[in-house]
Amino acid sequence: MGELVEVTAADAAHAVREAGERGVIARGLGRSYGDAAQNAGGRVVRLRDATGGIRLDPDTATATVGAGLDLDQLLRVIVPQGFFVPVSPGTRFVTVGGAIASDIHGKNHHVDGSFGRHVRRMSLLLADGRVVETSPDVDAELFWATVGGMGLTGVVLDATISLIPVETSRIAVETRRIGDLDTMLALMSEGDHRFRYSVAWLDLTATGAALGRGVLTWGEHATVDQLDDRSAADPLAYAPRQLVNVPPVVPRPGLLNRASVTAFNELWYRRAPAHRVDQIQTIPAYFHPLDAVGSWNRLYGHRGFVQYQFLLPFGAEATLRDVVQRLVDAGATSFLTVLKRFGAANPAPLSFPRPGWTLSLDLPAGASTLRDRVHDLDRIVLDAGGRHYLTKDALTTPECIRRGYPRLDEWMAVRDRVDPHGRWQSDLARRLGLTRGGTDAERSG
Amino acid sequence: MQNAVGEVQHVVVFGGTSEIGVAIARRLVTPATRVVALACRDVAAGEEIAGTFPDHVRVEVVPFDAGDTASHERVVAEVVERGGDIDVAVLAFGVLGRQHELDTDPVAAAEVVHVNFTGAVSVGLAVAGRLRAQGHGRLVVLSSVAGERVRGALPVYGGSKAGLDGFAQGLGDALHGSGASVLVVRPGFVRSKMTDGLPEAPLATTPEAVADVVADGLRRGRRTVWAPPTLRYVFAVLRHLPGPVFRRLPLG
Ligand SMILES: Cc1cc2nc3c(=O)[nH]c(=O)nc-3n(C[C@H](O)[C@H](O)[C@H](O)COP(=O)(O)OP(=O)(O)OC[C@H]3O[C@@H](n4cnc5c(N)ncnc54)[C@H](O)[C@@H]3O)c2cc1C
Ligand SMILES: NC(=O)c1ccc[n+]([C@@H]2O[C@H](COP(=O)([O-])OP(=O)(O)OC[C@H]3O[C@@H](n4cnc5c(N)ncnc54)[C@H](OP(=O)(O)O)[C@@H]3O)[C@@H](O)[C@H]2O)c1
Repeated sequence: MGELVEVTAADAAHAVREAGERGVIARGLGRSYGDAAQNAGGRVVRLRDATGGIRLDPDTATATVGAGLDLDQLLRVIVPQGFFVPVSPGTRFVTVGGAIASDIHGKNHHVDGSFGRHVRRMSLLLADGRVVETSPDVDAELFWATVGGMGLTGVVLDATISLIPVETSRIAVETRRIGDLDTMLALMSEGDHRFRYSVAWLDLTATGAALGRGVLTWGEHATVDQLDDRSAADPLAYAPRQLVNVPPVVPRPGLLNRASVTAFNELWYRRAPAHRVDQIQTIPAYFHPLDAVGSWNRLYGHRGFVQYQFLLPFGAEATLRDVVQRLVDAGATSFLTVLKRFGAANPAPLSFPRPGWTLSLDLPAGASTLRDRVHDLDRIVLDAGGRHYLTKDALTTPECIRRGYPRLDEWMAVRDRVDPHGRWQSDLARRLGLTRGGTDAERSG
Repeated sequence: MQNAVGEVQHVVVFGGTSEIGVAIARRLVTPATRVVALACRDVAAGEEIAGTFPDHVRVEVVPFDAGDTASHERVVAEVVERGGDIDVAVLAFGVLGRQHELDTDPVAAAEVVHVNFTGAVSVGLAVAGRLRAQGHGRLVVLSSVAGERVRGALPVYGGSKAGLDGFAQGLGDALHGSGASVLVVRPGFVRSKMTDGLPEAPLATTPEAVADVVADGLRRGRRTVWAPPTLRYVFAVLRHLPGPVFRRLPLG
């Protein structure tokens, strides 16, 4: 267990200096599924958010914010002013610091890249207590080591990010129900470039010829003339609400079991139109459907679930099909399985996205058969030139990360330059051997 | 560091040549496991066992004598230095002694207690200190049903295990809230070097079966397990039997 300390940007340096030999790590809202923002035996610092501190510059379409600010708060301020965040993950409840440290991606990756690409500058608290400015032009090496660096280069205190100017707060959506995986991959390859947003949901309960069937949604920020009269009267209206909370008492081992997940997936698939264009959706409905069900993860029961997200490069479609087949065979009861086609990578050595396909699924943590198979999947993914997403990792090993991220040593060299004594530590870093001076098994041997 | 589904990276067995201890270590090995440390008296025997682990596991054999309490802090430090954070530490050393010899040899009896109890307290505290500092990790203590209700046939061994059991439970409570915890294991008769040549007691079991029970107990976050599990109920009765009845039972 780690000791959690809430700090302002001004007293962060003090909290870091006071940390003991087990070191310190920054935490945002803890939405990374694994142990990235945990530090057993050590200290965890959380930046108190500074809602009042949002400085929006409409002329350059940028916002300068404290890194503890979350995207929910940011959207409430910028959407009514005609701007949108450059990258939105599947939940609004992530901080800007967390978005940078994980170099998060959204449905627009194939067009806009990941979060780091939209960071103009940031200030970073270093292990020795100094605060430095970095940007793609100022100590670019440190900048890109921090993007995707899982908090292990320092604490991001504030950042200036580019925004997307929008006419309305709505998304024009095109939905297609696709009967099998090959058709899905083909359609995404041909059609994605025509849309800013694209993502597919896969039904992992379908078998045989319907293997990998799913629903593909493409989206664009709607223009005013696409809205009906009532909406057009206030085109930038933005009022997200959290709709339902899963009751805290869920019958164990959770509402979700193979039967209910199958039923849900079938329903979801059937509910989707075979083909529908120009449906107008709100930002929360399109980008953050899970946020409407507060604490939805409780559905999996008290042991919760683990996320498994990997990437396979273009050309490895046969492997992708093989992995999907294996997941189906293993009876993976994944509630939400998401397929996304990535565009170009950025210069960050530990950034997850690169050209290829990424599949993310959630697996109940209690299922031991699945657990055993996941290690086989790891190998298949790596043999095909793929990798795993650090922020969601819960299961992989130091070798998997070394193989998946061939530039790990380059990143470590920068890390060691700014943190020679290994002050930044996390459970993830220990488990995967990401830091020197830590106590992980791999690097001390 | 243990991963999200409870797979461990680093296991250490104190009494690294113990059949039960090694069976537990083997049972806990998964593709995520990095290091198994065998802390034992007989380093050559430890090296031999090391060769039987799967290739992806690095086995470290560390010299360790349970009776040499002055060395324990150093041994634990060495284990950590070689293998990093300890996920699971197993205290598996122990001596049974021949009771009929101990009856007339108080020095030898004290030596049994010194290893089984004093040695376990000493290395147990050294490990606990480390786990507390890490903020995570499990200490597995091989107690025995012999300590649950000590019999006239085994007063020295049984007494040492009764003391150990109490110490381990107390230590578990002391660690509450630290992220670290203790699992007390109470096996019955287990076929191993220790019981070689002795008449089998009812419900006799194997080191592998004990290992299964331990792995399950760790996964479920238990504080006490019995091997085989039915012994829990057997002893719920035995514990309360009147002395004259208990003394006449054929318990092996
Ligand atoms: C429902 C759901 C959907 C998601 N969808 C997506 C998705 O579509 N795409 C995607 O990429 N990710 C997705 N994620 C993952 C999530 O976006 C990332 O894990 C993100 O980093 C979480 O942000 P956080 O503020 O909660 O950070 P935490 O979880 O608290 O921390 C994550 C990492 O960021 C570091 N960190 C946090 N703040 C700072 C700081 N100020 N300075 C330096 N380092 C810092 C931490 O040390 C840690 O390593 C999703 C997560 C959930 C729960
Ligand atoms: N077998 C049973 O029926 C049974 C039942 C209940 C509880 N237990 C307990 O389970 C544990 C493991 O027993 P086991 O069945 O696996 O027997 P085992 O194979 O004989 O193991 C006992 C180990 O303790 C070691 N040891 C003894 N004195 C030591 C010392 N001073 N320093 C370091 N190591 C020492 C022995 O090492 P050497 O080889 O070097 O002597 C041996 O490897 C013991 O604590 C035992 O009391 C056993």
